Amino acid sequence: MADTGLNTPISKMTAKSGRGAAFWNSDLVYSFRRSPVAIISTLVTVILVLTAILAPLIAPHNPFDPSTLNLMNGFSQPMQPNAFTGETFWLGTDGQGRDIFSTILYGMRISLFVASLAVLFAMVLGVTLGLIAGYVGGWVDTIIMRIADVQLTFPSILIAMLISGIARGFTPVQYRDEVAIWVLIIAIGLSDWVQFARVVRGTTLIEKNKEYVQAARMIGRSRGAIMLWHILPNVLNPVLVIATISFALAIIAEATLSFLGVGAPPTEPSLGTLINTGRDFLLSGEWWILLFPALTLLALALSVNLLGDWLRDALNPRLR
Amino acid sequence: MSNTVLSIRNLVVDIPTRHAVLRPVDNVSYDIAAGEILGVVGESGAGKSMAGNAVIGLLNRPAHISGGEIWLNGNRIDNLPREKLRRLRGKDMGMVFQDPLTSLNPLLRIGDQLTETMLTHLDISRSEAEKRAVAALEEVGIPAAAERVNSYPHEFSGGMRQRVVIALALCAEPSLIIADEPTTALDVSVQAQIIALLKRLCRQRGTAVMLITHDMGVIAEACDRVAVMYAGRLAELGPVREVIQNPRHPYTDGLMGSTPLASKGQKRLRQIPGSMPRLGRLPAGCAFNPRCPKAQDACRIDPPPTMEDGRAACLYPIEIEKKVPA
Amino acid sequence: MGNAALDPGALSVKNHAMLAYIIKRIVQSVIVLLVVGLVAFAMFRFVGDPIDNILGQERTQADIERLRVELGLDQPFVVQYWNFLARAAQGDLGVSYRQSRPVVEILLERAPATLELAAVSGAMAIIFGIMLGIFTAIRRDGFAANTIMTISLIGVSLPTFLIGVLLIYFFSVGMQFTLFGQTISTDLGLPSFGRGETVKIGGWSTGFLTESGLKALILPAITLGLYQMTLIMRLVRSEMLEVLRQDYIRFARARGLRERAVNFRHALKNTLVPVITITGLQLGSIIAFAIITETVFQWPGVGLLFINSIQTVDIPVMAAYLMLISVMFVAINLVVDLLYFAIDPRLRVDRTARGH
Repeated sequence: MADTGLNTPISKMTAKSGRGAAFWNSDLVYSFRRSPVAIISTLVTVILVLTAILAPLIAPHNPFDPSTLNLMNGFSQPMQPNAFTGETFWLGTDGQGRDIFSTILYGMRISLFVASLAVLFAMVLGVTLGLIAGYVGGWVDTIIMRIADVQLTFPSILIAMLISGIARGFTPVQYRDEVAIWVLIIAIGLSDWVQFARVVRGTTLIEKNKEYVQAARMIGRSRGAIMLWHILPNVLNPVLVIATISFALAIIAEATLSFLGVGAPPTEPSLGTLINTGRDFLLSGEWWILLFPALTLLALALSVNLLGDWLRDALNPRLR
Repeated sequence: MSNTVLSIRNLVVDIPTRHAVLRPVDNVSYDIAAGEILGVVGESGAGKSMAGNAVIGLLNRPAHISGGEIWLNGNRIDNLPREKLRRLRGKDMGMVFQDPLTSLNPLLRIGDQLTETMLTHLDISRSEAEKRAVAALEEVGIPAAAERVNSYPHEFSGGMRQRVVIALALCAEPSLIIADEPTTALDVSVQAQIIALLKRLCRQRGTAVMLITHDMGVIAEACDRVAVMYAGRLAELGPVREVIQNPRHPYTDGLMGSTPLASKGQKRLRQIPGSMPRLGRLPAGCAFNPRCPKAQDACRIDPPPTMEDGRAACLYPIEIEKKVPA
Repeated sequence: MGNAALDPGALSVKNHAMLAYIIKRIVQSVIVLLVVGLVAFAMFRFVGDPIDNILGQERTQADIERLRVELGLDQPFVVQYWNFLARAAQGDLGVSYRQSRPVVEILLERAPATLELAAVSGAMAIIFGIMLGIFTAIRRDGFAANTIMTISLIGVSLPTFLIGVLLIYFFSVGMQFTLFGQTISTDLGLPSFGRGETVKIGGWSTGFLTESGLKALILPAITLGLYQMTLIMRLVRSEMLEVLRQDYIRFARARGLRERAVNFRHALKNTLVPVITITGLQLGSIIAFAIITETVFQWPGVGLLFINSIQTVDIPVMAAYLMLISVMFVAINLVVDLLYFAIDPRLRVDRTARGH
């Protein structure tokens, strides 16, 4: 019964702003201010991303510059001066005397770089294919959606592994490390386009029969222009939500592949590579080499995930 | 009345929200006697369903009863613990919802839904319950009931499903039925059948019925008395014939004027200017005053009390017209 | 729609519709398998040079020619593809480049380890996932339910491999090996990793029958099952909340049914319809995620084999694993679809037969 739907934020918001976009914004901002989870996870995400971007400025050492390394510093415990050199490292060092804090910052840089490019790639691919499938229809639609169905049958991490495996097969051994990062980006991106495509196709199917699109067609706008200027804006909300959630998944996928030794190469260690290295030291007691990268990865994945969760709820209250 | 089944006294339902406490049901009182059909009519949002849900104890949080009393068969039920109230539901009061397509569990045979209801409330064996299930379906006019008892809801048409719903609501022989817009979702051709069925069953069994609807035609067709609700308050209460022919509250008058059935003599339908206010922004005084042709300053101060004869809540009620020979 | 159930003719219409649907799904499945087979074959044929891979550096032109004919590389692509499929169907999946043994032999040897691990994790995930999902849905505003939901979000964000590593850290390293003790026999020479002692029954090696085998299962099974359990729990919860909002639940309440009957008889059954599909698919991904768990725990299953084959570009093993897992996924999908019919009576009626 309609009685229950009578809470009154609408009046408040219409008073503030007349335009549709502003209304959408204020609604989102309102829900953001009310959610401590959203605020904290945004804060954590922003801090982590900023430290990663600014790693060369923040990091006390450059882990990729062998000249700054001192083997004597190897296996320094966190917060304790090294027995030989007396140097103190916040989070300790690994076997070669690399500062863990610095390797985490640089590792996060690589993780975030791979994850963002992979999501961008998946988004562009998925949105494009979804628009085309929905708008053009017919056999083009059938082919695209069949491929999507087949791919959806398998977990995306498996597809990413497979693509990375095939790409390795094609690359001569001496180039494998060099292209590893790009292989990783493409593998994760290709494994994740389907969600975008399905949502965009669904929205496109609804929008393309609406009067304004018909009108645009009548006045002779081209297919591409209609898709770009009339249909695309309607899919931005769901695409934004999927992109955020995909970003968290991509961070995890990257870390997983690198951990398994089929992702980022040892020369460009990401968080997953660091955790993989750290595992070997776990049994001999050097727990810090594993634990700090692991906690960083957890904080990153968790905060982005929570952000995506909140965003989905905020943009689609019915799902709550 | 001695055989009063349901008695609602000064019922208040509140919904606390972020900004204010909304009051979808405000100080509503009425009785229903055994075998009587009371129509509750009003626009959507007038609080008529909310009152029905309050009686049967199915208000959705955060809505809750915050004042008044509800008596069923001489027992107060608005303050009963959950479990006790649950035992009354189905056994002493049943409910029929608006949409028969969604009221039945799609995965259970209708026979199973009938027997489980009876076994919950009545002290009978399973085979006895199965027998009664068939009888209950026959009673509501399902052909070949003995076979149809094993069918799933999707195998019935909308009208048939509403018959099944009525059979379910009545199967433990409650003394009160709350029918919330029971015909709104049905085809026009089926509506009259369902109303006739409900009327017949209740007359036979002496069941009291609260028939919630926005359709004055249904009220005129089925009810003995009618309660007109506006913005959560009772505007007028009285025998159907009198209320239709001689509405005392200006809102009722407007409602009749805008209904084809009740406004026979008129050339064209009248409209009530404006629309019902949202609950959060009720005017001071009588909720109807901004739309009322007879409103005076006094109407804008306090909600009007009910007239001495209990008929309408209005300071300046419409005078009773000279009796028109029927 | 009225009397469809009474008319004996309608029953056969239903069966025909169902049969047609099943046939359609099987045809779709075969197409998926053919596509996957094509990918696998293309990997064989075009990734690296098969002749290089087999012959190595010392070879003559005659050797190369002989091998080309032997491998059928001189034939048209379609013929090669067909021969590849025919051989695969007969269980000939080629020879591992790295181990120089038939791939089928390696897979069969490794399969029990993965299947036992997957079965235990899957059962754990389903049982606890559904129980916790129901609990958090029914007590949606309770403290315990909210705590579980918050923890589950961490569970979803925690990568599988990290769960495994942290479990090892806490329960294997941190607890001084007390959980595993020294009894663990080692296929791989690692005291805290591996399967423990196994017993051979026919061609199947099982870890269920020895104490060390069962102990070795615990951490990997939790690692593999935790994420799936979280997903199932969240899914059951949201589906159940959706169902609890439905009119028929209100109507069940209005009829005074006991809370238990409303929750379990009415809500749960309707919840399970969508849950079954997704849970079925989740079981498939348990097999895929086993790759990660097996790597963390050096569990000698097919997943570890697959990861090693990627690292060493052992194409026949990769291709074989791909085909094996495809068959499993397609089979699971098919079974899940058929289960739908068993649970939901509405689906047993053909769409075109509706609306009579």
